[in-house]
Amino acid sequence: MISLTTPITEQKIRSLKVGDPVSISGIVFTGRDAVHKYLHEGGALPPQVNLRDGIIYHCGPVMMKEVDGSWRCTAAGPTTSIREEPYQGDIIHKFGVRGVIGKGGLGEKTLAACKADGCVYLHAIGGAAQVLAECVKKVRAVYFLEEFGSPEAIWELQVENFPAVVTMDSHGGSLHKEVFAASAAELAKRL
Amino acid sequence: MNALNDSLIELIRRTSVELPDDVNQALIRSLENEKKGTIAESALKIIDQNIVLAKRKSQPICQDTGSILFYVDCPVGFDQIHFEETARVAVTEATKKGYLRQNSVDSLTGKNDGTNVGPGAPTVHFHQHRSPEVSVRLALKGGGCENVGAQYSLPNEKLHANRDLDGCRKVILDAVLQAQGKGCGPGILGVCIGGDRATGYEFSKQQFFRKLDDRNPNAELDALEQDILKTANELGIGPMGFGGKTTLLGVKATAANRLPASFFVSISYMCWAYRRQGVRLGGAGEITSWLY
Ligand code: SF4
Repeated sequence: MISLTTPITEQKIRSLKVGDPVSISGIVFTGRDAVHKYLHEGGALPPQVNLRDGIIYHCGPVMMKEVDGSWRCTAAGPTTSIREEPYQGDIIHKFGVRGVIGKGGLGEKTLAACKADGCVYLHAIGGAAQVLAECVKKVRAVYFLEEFGSPEAIWELQVENFPAVVTMDSHGGSLHKEVFAASAAELAKRL
Repeated sequence: MNALNDSLIELIRRTSVELPDDVNQALIRSLENEKKGTIAESALKIIDQNIVLAKRKSQPICQDTGSILFYVDCPVGFDQIHFEETARVAVTEATKKGYLRQNSVDSLTGKNDGTNVGPGAPTVHFHQHRSPEVSVRLALKGGGCENVGAQYSLPNEKLHANRDLDGCRKVILDAVLQAQGKGCGPGILGVCIGGDRATGYEFSKQQFFRKLDDRNPNAELDALEQDILKTANELGIGPMGFGGKTTLLGVKATAANRLPASFFVSISYMCWAYRRQGVRLGGAGEITSWLY
């Protein structure tokens, strides 16, 4: 298991390879469909949200508001990433993102951005909402809650030992491409 | 509140937070079977921990608590309208208690009123039988896996699939290939050969109420199920599409008559978070036993 702590250096990201299991600690920002579209269209980030050398998590968490006004995260599994493919590469480039957490992988455009800018795709375990919520130690802040609604807002999460696997690296490697090609070849032998 | 309402809330709770025993066992077996030290093994370990944690905390296994599908077997004279009204109230209450996510969106306005109730939500299917018994089955089917379901019309030129069992085999395996990495595998297939477009998918979903370790009484379908399961697990797709030995946990197939002009093969995909349960109800609507 390789530890990744935010902020992450380009050198660290470049040392990661497809198939590496990682354990993430530090700050991650959630962002899904609405946020990606907004940023892609030129929208500005609140000054407190610094994605440089940081991580975006494709996740619509379930949050409960406590009596003292703070938030508690009760479910936090990844959502399918491929919907962000039209936007992700540009966002990586523009904001200096080092890691994208999600499930199912992203396409060629993102893979190219990972290579050019030094970023990786980190695959979390789909459906593991409880295990992943336990890794969220603190909900530090929320942005765009009014505009985008709770699942689509940017949540600033402090995580500890959040498990994921590098499935797209900064050298052009993609586990999704590899497994698809290998399994298609195996299937062809059996038809 | 009345006993039926309480029973349905408890059915929803248990379906959402606990996997049935046959599914648990299958996941444990596949964990033992994966090569040690692989990312496939660690994915299954996390899945395993998640199942334990959800049950202990009585919180949803997955945050997508899915489409809510009720199937009711009931005697002649059973008040279906009363049942359906109660089910809608129970769904709303179970959502307030956090057993279900606010998961139902008006398709025209995009609004989510947070109740999980609306046109087509939940769905309740009734089936009359001659016995006095009332039983209620529930499946919660997530969106990620629903999106990778597929319906093929045979013949399919691209896949060289003709209107025969071998053609069915080809398209079913193609669906497995295409679903990789998307539906939170290891998955379970429900398949219907024949029917029209609507009944084909409907019957394919009803297959999810079979236990994983049962065998199809029809010899041809049984052979098809075993073959698809074995072949899919030789492809190396693995849990989450990470590569590995466990691509599917089970395949359940049925057949329905078709028109001479049509030959559909409908495939529903269920994720590892295979949430199904069922109860038998007593005269006052109380739970007398669990079905899975
Ligand atoms: S496919 Fe299943 S396990 Fe995956 S996110 Fe959807 S409901 Fe959860």
